[in-house]
Amino acid sequence: MSVVPVQAVAEAGAVPPGAGERDGYGPAATLAPRARLLPALGAVYRAQLSRARVARIPLLFVATFQSVGIMVLMRGVVDSTEEARAVVSGSSVLVVAFVALNLLAQYFGQLRAGGGLDHYATLPVPPAAVVLGAAGAYASFTVPGTVVTALVGCGLFQLPMANLWVLAAVLPLAGAALSGLGAFLGLLAPRQELATLCGQLGMSAALLLGVLPAERMPTVIGYARDLLPSTYGVEALSRTFEPHPDWFAVGADLGVCAAVGLLSLALATWAFRRAASR
Amino acid sequence: MRTGAKQADRGETVCAVRDLVKTYPAMRGRRGAAQAPAVRASDGITLDVHRGEIFGLLGPNGAGKSTLVRQLTGLLRPDAGSVRILGHDVVRHPERAARLLGYLGQESTALDEMTVSLAVETTGRLRGLDPRRARAERDAILGELGLEELAGRPLKKLSGGQRRLACFATVLTGERPLLVLDEPTTGMDPVARRAVWAAVDRRRAERGATVLLVTHNVLEAESVLDRVAVIDRGQLIACDTPGGLKERVSDEVRLELVWRDRPPLDVPEVAALRSAARASGRRWTLRLPADEARAAVAAVTSGAAFAALDDFTLATPSLEDVYLALGGRSEGLVKA
Repeated sequence: MSVVPVQAVAEAGAVPPGAGERDGYGPAATLAPRARLLPALGAVYRAQLSRARVARIPLLFVATFQSVGIMVLMRGVVDSTEEARAVVSGSSVLVVAFVALNLLAQYFGQLRAGGGLDHYATLPVPPAAVVLGAAGAYASFTVPGTVVTALVGCGLFQLPMANLWVLAAVLPLAGAALSGLGAFLGLLAPRQELATLCGQLGMSAALLLGVLPAERMPTVIGYARDLLPSTYGVEALSRTFEPHPDWFAVGADLGVCAAVGLLSLALATWAFRRAASR
Repeated sequence: MRTGAKQADRGETVCAVRDLVKTYPAMRGRRGAAQAPAVRASDGITLDVHRGEIFGLLGPNGAGKSTLVRQLTGLLRPDAGSVRILGHDVVRHPERAARLLGYLGQESTALDEMTVSLAVETTGRLRGLDPRRARAERDAILGELGLEELAGRPLKKLSGGQRRLACFATVLTGERPLLVLDEPTTGMDPVARRAVWAAVDRRRAERGATVLLVTHNVLEAESVLDRVAVIDRGQLIACDTPGGLKERVSDEVRLELVWRDRPPLDVPEVAALRSAARASGRRWTLRLPADEARAAVAAVTSGAAFAALDDFTLATPSLEDVYLALGGRSEGLVKA
């Protein structure tokens, strides 16, 4: 076996042009710059959005039809305005849960299983940029479906549309919380099938706990409902359908959503780091 | 054929690997039942790659080549040993690897649903380029590799070779002094292969770029590599220029015989060759000293043996012969 002798540090003097500068004495080459957080986030966001546009449009239709279908079904059993509010707001947020939680968990599970994380791990990019970029893209992708669902729901149940602008706050906050959770589950699951399963279960939880009126639930299930981050988005939206909304409570609900969003995105970033450096 | 001339003008060491050890538990699940025997995927590997070299890691699938490069790129932490890339310790600082080298892995999952153009541009942005520069590099690289026509198509819709070429394009953005390419030309047609090697040569000639290449293709290894490390079962069994390696078996030649139907074992000369031959279907491969090979050719090109012979070739040794002579397993090496 031929073992090549270690080259002397002194040889480092002759550097071809463009090969990276050296500090003169030390043997180490200058490192190429890191990608900064915001530009990298923007690049990932843009790429993910275009990716999602190609691959996920049919699924967005599914998500919207599913929510509209649920509202049509519930129309027969709902007998009070309060319940109608819960159904419409739950169904609207369900679109977010479907895309941001379920699909993102699947995406990151697939990325991890297929070795796709290597691509990002060998680029000088902050893990937060990858997670936030993907989460943001998936969350923005839910906008049309959520708006359509809310409008159809207001029509079906004769709810006021005046305060629907609150969706502009509910969507990004619930989106952040749910997509952070989805990314976290997808990155943490040891196998791709488990990631898919977690995403599906999370979405089912958002469906059952969000759409059904809370008053009819057993206490234990009520606690589970309180733990689910999308609940606060549902509550906030539901309150704005009241004739005189309690804006303080709406703000509090959105605050919880934001806090959970920050937490789940931080966890997802941690999970990304962990998954990428096996 | 290349000679050892390249060895004379070695530049500084770009990548220095010392006593690298990585062991995989055979069952990779952490909570699994009793683990099967562990696999030593890197078993005390030491090597140096010099500036401007195209350095190859040759071995069949499962030899430990990819495990080795994953440790060099900071993706995998070795159990023991050191890796220095351009003077940086990437075992202690794996995150620095991304700022020193461009890596082409075997998977394209992260890019599959993007268009070729967006994949290259985004990768450039994530290597720290500003938007204008990323777009300019994207255009230049797509032009250089002849990918303009495919620029608007998602990678998923491309053929295996085209997709590989698109992934190779992403490695070239945000120029790095070291390129680590894990089987870059898999599935490519000759045109795409030429584009890859031309792009590599250009970067080497103009910017002194260094290339570390993983391959299991012996013909490619012979034609493009300056030096090659032969890997088998996690160990480096030889490291030299392709020419230097072949000199080790230069007293032998390779004789390939293809029989029409079945070998005429009733001919005594053919029966005598039987034990030395590696048979694969109708094809026999023999490595023989030159004089014995001549005698064997004389025997099979006359009489009953010739009637049963479909084709034969006599060739000087290839890297595959070197590999076998060094004790490597032959399965998995590709000649194409």
